[in-house]
Amino acid sequence: MNWKAFFALLGRDAHVARRNMVQLMLQTFLQPLLFVFIFGRVMVGSGYLPMAYKSLLLPGIMAMSMVFTGIWAVAMPLISEFQFTREIEDRLLAPIDIAWVAIEKVVAGLIQALVAGLMVIPLAWLILRPGLELHIADPLLFVAITLLVAGFSACGGLALGCSVDQQHIGLMFSMVMTPMIFFGCTYYPWSALSKFPILAKVVLINPLVYASEGLRATLVPQFPHLWLPAILGALVFFDLLLLFLGLRQFRNKAVN
Amino acid sequence: MSPPPAAAGRTGPFSGGGRQKGKDPKAQITALDGIDIEIAPGQIFGLLGPNGAGKSTTVGILTTRVRPTSGTAWISGHDVWREQIAAKRLIGVVAQRPNLDFSLTAREILTFHGAYFGLNAHDRNERANALLERFKLTDRADQLVRGFSGGMMQRMSIARAMMHNPQVLFLDEPSVGLDPQTRLLLWEIIREYNREGRTILLTTHNMEEADALCQELAIIDHGRIIARGTPRELKASIPGGYLLRLRFGSHSAELMGRLGALVGVTEVRADGNSGADVYASRGGALIPEIVSAAAGVGVELSDVHISEPSLENLFLHHTGRSLRE
Repeated sequence: MNWKAFFALLGRDAHVARRNMVQLMLQTFLQPLLFVFIFGRVMVGSGYLPMAYKSLLLPGIMAMSMVFTGIWAVAMPLISEFQFTREIEDRLLAPIDIAWVAIEKVVAGLIQALVAGLMVIPLAWLILRPGLELHIADPLLFVAITLLVAGFSACGGLALGCSVDQQHIGLMFSMVMTPMIFFGCTYYPWSALSKFPILAKVVLINPLVYASEGLRATLVPQFPHLWLPAILGALVFFDLLLLFLGLRQFRNKAVN
Repeated sequence: MSPPPAAAGRTGPFSGGGRQKGKDPKAQITALDGIDIEIAPGQIFGLLGPNGAGKSTTVGILTTRVRPTSGTAWISGHDVWREQIAAKRLIGVVAQRPNLDFSLTAREILTFHGAYFGLNAHDRNERANALLERFKLTDRADQLVRGFSGGMMQRMSIARAMMHNPQVLFLDEPSVGLDPQTRLLLWEIIREYNREGRTILLTTHNMEEADALCQELAIIDHGRIIARGTPRELKASIPGGYLLRLRFGSHSAELMGRLGALVGVTEVRADGNSGADVYASRGGALIPEIVSAAAGVGVELSDVHISEPSLENLFLHHTGRSLRE
């Protein structure tokens, strides 16, 4: 394994991310913070939603930001680098197995998703306090779930980025991302679906459900959430599945 | 791993094609059909052929970018498909379409490329500066390449391919879109790099370029190699490769007959006036005989133009089609 080349590839992505810092920050944080402000502050402050909703909302927003960021950070560059600019070719010719070029993208996306997730907590806290009650009882569990969520978002970005054509980016967002977020238990806990038994079962194919519920289980355990081993199992499963699919798609795309 | 002093590219007979997207998943386009070439180290080797002949697919197979449907390719003893990393260390590739990293400046493109190949920071910067200077890009070194002109991007692509000092340099249509001055600069740089003992494989559909630059050529058409040799050998292989355009003081049917009987002449086309086009296997050596043949019928030779055998003629001869078609 050529770690020198791997870290050089990662260095290139870090360099580009530093250069586009302002754009990246706006892209990552504007939408979640607006959500937090409207639902957590305006709706709760005006009495339409109970105070406890603040704490319930935060893990969902964190999950959404991480998943959005991870997918975006990996899929968007891949789509244009494979199609429009072909600039990925220089990296495919680097003296490293091409699977590692894809894994480097996943690691870069995972780091960005982690940064997004960890920064949403203090930013949302600034907007939401007082009344926000977070209890990280088990730091290790928090780290494990956060890593798994970042991992599946970056792997999902790889799978999507290598499957979607440039002209279908808009479609990808309206057909994949939007339903994923609304059926992802981001704004409500999974237990809220108990009155909709069919929907409650169908949403279980959505990996974002396990991200939201997992973060809820570690940040606000006072609320009902899915059974923890099931959450961990599902997150590991989706991480591996999307990584496998992503790498396969990447190879197909990279070699004619 | 220390690279060998010189590298040779070699391919077994391989075939390659792309699967066509469409309703029939089995539909295949055969881009190459049993190509078998061995390129000696330290050569400038040219693949000459019209667009769509299979040149880029050949380069793709030799550079790990295209998987052959059958057959094998080697770079300096490494099977390109099975030992991709070893092969990639030995090669530098300039693709037909510019594929520069649009998020980086010219200098960063070179230094990051160097980093992928394990050059340390000092060597990276030194070599990047030298290449920027050599390719006349120093004044734009710290600008994003997004705004570069086509010619500048092409120069950048070639500089990048040379950044890790590869043993074998692949250039796919390197001078397309370059102005004449830049083309000459590029030729000079390619020759210079070759003098350092490097092997260069370039594809072109420009006969002038193939003739001026390449020590050996293979002519490729419809995925097959139809001729191979030095430019001189190839040109000499065309019967009647020389064209002599003659003008006489007056027209003489008898003279046309005598010209046709001269040794080495394959065809005489009278233009109906006082001129004639003579296709022959000899050029200037024929002139004294033409002069005396003309004198024999009392006609004076007033003008001669000799065109040497060209690759254009050669391609025409082998395929019945012009390269430009």
